[in-house]
Order: sequence, then C-alpha cells, then structure tokens
Amino acid sequence: MAAPETAPLDPMAPLVARVTRRHHDAPEVFTLELEPEDPGALAPFAPGQFNMLTVFGVGEVPISFSGDPVDQNRLVHTIRAVGPVSGALTELEPGAAVGLRGPFGVGWPMAEAEGKDVVVVAGGLGLAPLRPALYRLFAERERYGKIVLLYGTRSPDDILFRRELEAWRGRLDAEVEVTVDHAMAAWHGNVGVVTTLIPRCSFDPAQTVALVCGPEVMMRFAIAALMDAGVAADDIYLSMERNMKCAVGFCGHCQFGPVFVCRDGPVFPYARLRGLLALKEL
Amino acid sequence: MEGLERIVKEHVFFADLTDDFCKLVCGCAKNVRFEAGDYLFREGDPADQLYVIREGRVAMELSAPGHGSMTFQTVGEGEIVGISWLIPPYRWTYDAKALERIRAISIDATCIRRKCEDDHDLGYELMKRFVPVIIERLHATRLQMLDVYGTKS
Ligand SMILES: Cc1cc2nc3c(=O)[nH]c(=O)nc-3n(C[C@H](O)[C@H](O)[C@H](O)COP(=O)(O)OP(=O)(O)OC[C@H]3O[C@@H](n4cnc5c(N)ncnc54)[C@H](O)[C@@H]3O)c2cc1C
Ligand code: FES
Repeated sequence: MAAPETAPLDPMAPLVARVTRRHHDAPEVFTLELEPEDPGALAPFAPGQFNMLTVFGVGEVPISFSGDPVDQNRLVHTIRAVGPVSGALTELEPGAAVGLRGPFGVGWPMAEAEGKDVVVVAGGLGLAPLRPALYRLFAERERYGKIVLLYGTRSPDDILFRRELEAWRGRLDAEVEVTVDHAMAAWHGNVGVVTTLIPRCSFDPAQTVALVCGPEVMMRFAIAALMDAGVAADDIYLSMERNMKCAVGFCGHCQFGPVFVCRDGPVFPYARLRGLLALKEL
Repeated sequence: MEGLERIVKEHVFFADLTDDFCKLVCGCAKNVRFEAGDYLFREGDPADQLYVIREGRVAMELSAPGHGSMTFQTVGEGEIVGISWLIPPYRWTYDAKALERIRAISIDATCIRRKCEDDHDLGYELMKRFVPVIIERLHATRLQMLDVYGTKS
C-alpha cells in the first residue's frame, strides 16, 4: 500500500489557498481548483489521499483530491453539496480564500497494482477520489495489465468527468463502461447497476487489483461481485468515509472498528474491513 | 439445423447443455435479427417468444404518462430478454427496443413450455439457468430503488 505522505509541520494549522476555478459538473456537484498562497509548504499528494478544507466561519470537511497527480501545483477537489460546509465550498467563487490542511491518509495501492490487471469500480461521486488513480494508470499504461473502468451513477445528467470518460473509452487498451440506474429512452448507453457489469468484463482474477469507491451499499455489492469473479479479499481496495475532525489520528472521531479512517485509510484492503462493512452502524 | 445447434451450444446461457436437451431447445428455436430502433416486443403483447442475445444491446422501457419512455435496464450479448413467458398470463409488461443491430436466438415460448412439461429434467435444467437471471434482476431492482447515489446515501 502507498506510504502515507508527510503532512505539513503543524498538521492542525490550515494554510490559506485561493479558488482559481470553479466548474459545475453535475447537479449539486462542483469542482474547485485551488492554489495555495505558499505552494512550497505542501507535501505532494498521492491518488486516494484527501485534504481538510475549511470555509472560514463555517467549518472544515475532508475532501479527496480529484485532479492529476502529475500537476501538483493545481489542487483539484470535486465536492457535492450535502450540508453546511460542503454547500459553502461549492458556492465559493474564484478569488475566495479556503483553509487547507493535508495531504492526509493512505491512498490507492498504485505500486501493488503494477504488473497486474486493474479493475476500477466507481459509483456516483466515488469517481472523484478514483480520478487521480486513473490519470496515473493511463499516464503509466505500460506498467499495468488490463485496465477496466466500470462507472455507475444515477442518471445521464449525473455523469461526472464526461470528457475524460469519453477519452478513456476511446482508447484501444482499456475497457470502459458507464451505466446509469435509469434514463429517458433517448439515452443509448447502459442502464442497470454497476455491479452487473463485473461478470461481463475480461480480466485475470488471480492477477487483479480492484479499486472500489462509492456509496457503502454499492461497495458491498461490488465486493461480492468481484469475489464471485475470483478476486481475493486482499486485492480489493475500498475508500471509506467517516466523519473527521483532526485527520491525523489524535481524536478518534473517524474510528471504524479497530481502525482510524484518517490515518490508516481512507483506502483499505477489504480483507481488513471484512465483518465491519456489513454492520449498520459503528 | 446443425448451424443453429452449434450456435445454441456455444451460447454462454446454454453452456454445458447436453446434446439431447440442446436438440429439444433447438426444435423450438430460430435465428432472428432486429435493426436499431426495432421493437422486439411491446408492453401488453403476448409473451410468446424469449430472446437469447448473441450480439447487440436491448433497452427495456416503460412509459409513464407525462414522463415519456424511461429505460430501466439494458441487456446485451450472452443475456436473455424476457421472463414473462414463464409465468401466466404470459404477457409482456414493458417494451424491448433494439439499441443497435441485434442478432438473437428466438425461442417459441409455447413450444418450450410444452417440452418442459413433458420432460421435467429439461424443465429443471432450464429453470437453473433462468432463476439466477430473475434473482439478479431482483437484486438490481432493489439497488436501483435504494437510490444509493442520492445525497443521503
Ligand atoms: C476521506 C474522505 C474523503 C471525502 N471526499 C469527498 C469528496 O471528494 N467530495 C465530497 O463531496 N465529499 C467527500 N467526502 C464527504 C464529505 O467530507 C462530507 O460530505 C462532508 O463532510 C459533509 O459535511 P457538511 O457540513 O457539508 O454536511 P453535514 O452537516 O456533515 O451533513 C449533511 C447531510 O449530508 C449527509 N452526508 C454527510 N456526508 C455525506 C456523504 N459523504 N455522502 C452523502 N451524504 C452525506 C449527512 O448524513 C447529513 O444528512 C469525503 C469524506 C471523507 C471521510
Ligand atoms: S479524525 Fe481524528 S482520529 Fe481520525
């Protein structure tokens, strides 16, 4: 698994960054590009890691990186407005100040996946934390075996990152399928849950690393379908979400059974979470 | 007939079917083709055929007044279209439209039901293939109903 990156010297003190661009991706979903006032103060981020973003006077929330890890000066975050802080973030206009702490956490196992087939299963907004991993997979295509990307979302209007999906779908060296839960008849793409696409794809389950991110119910079904296809629990990685405060393993706010999601995750091999995921509340 | 037997035997839905059962199925089957935009069947029509898709994708649609046609599922190569032929009153409950050119094996429902009644071993063998499809669609429908990608997920 990717080693945690070094956090800034005082991990609790936010740096100030400015919004340089705001883009509307889907209903209630916006992508912000941020530029720190002191770029040298930040450690490089790895795919799957997150920042704590503060809207001054409102609050602080964990948000994953969704941009290209090659471009470390552009901090890209894709946010869905679900409450006070996420809502305030999506309303920030270019020039606005944001507090920023990070990067935090353990990201996607990019090194472990080298030489293997990689199956990426994303649901809804779960495509955002996976996008840096996808940029890396395609930028270093020769290091990996087959690449399969399966993305499910609610409706055609909710599809994120259309430009990238279309470009990746056009490649001859990857299998990319998008499906929606329901659509008007004018939509000619797939309709159905994303997990039903897994048995239709070609990969070698004994030599596969699967990266899964989405709502927990969807992840549980995706795990079942991947394991039915023969992928081992150790080779299935999930990105977990829990409420956070400190993000550095001090406060215990994000505890999930025996693990702290902020420090030990958010990306975990399923083998480590087995038994916990099925429980309704922890 | 030999060509059709080969196609049926090679189709993933009929994988490992014995030669005898394959002959019985083929006695009710024919190759069919639909162009993009054609309807395989319409809601309310008698469910007198089932389709095993060899190539192309089919959209299952429902129309609701004021909402137009909604697609609730698409199926493709290796999958089947239609399970209403199994259970009375043998009537389709949705429209099935070809999204692209479809090549399929069409099986006469009355013919295959009669053969299954006459030979319960054949009936059991075919049920073992259809029931997982029904269960998988039930699970999928549950997930769709949960609206897992909504903001409260
Ligand atoms: C490691 C990590 C990475 C994350 N990455 C992202 C990201 O890239 N983009 C992003 O938009 N969010 C991400 N989140 C989730 C984000 O942190 C929460 O949506 C945010 O904390 C909500 O805070 P709030 O004050 O806006 O709403 P709150 O007041 O905390 O919640 C408002 C309502 O939204 C619901 N809610 C809270 N969290 C979620 C959620 N994750 N999904 C759906 N409903 C929710 C609550 O149950 C409540 O009903 C991530 C979370 C973690 C732990
Ligand atoms: S958020 Fe404080 S321990 Fe994880």
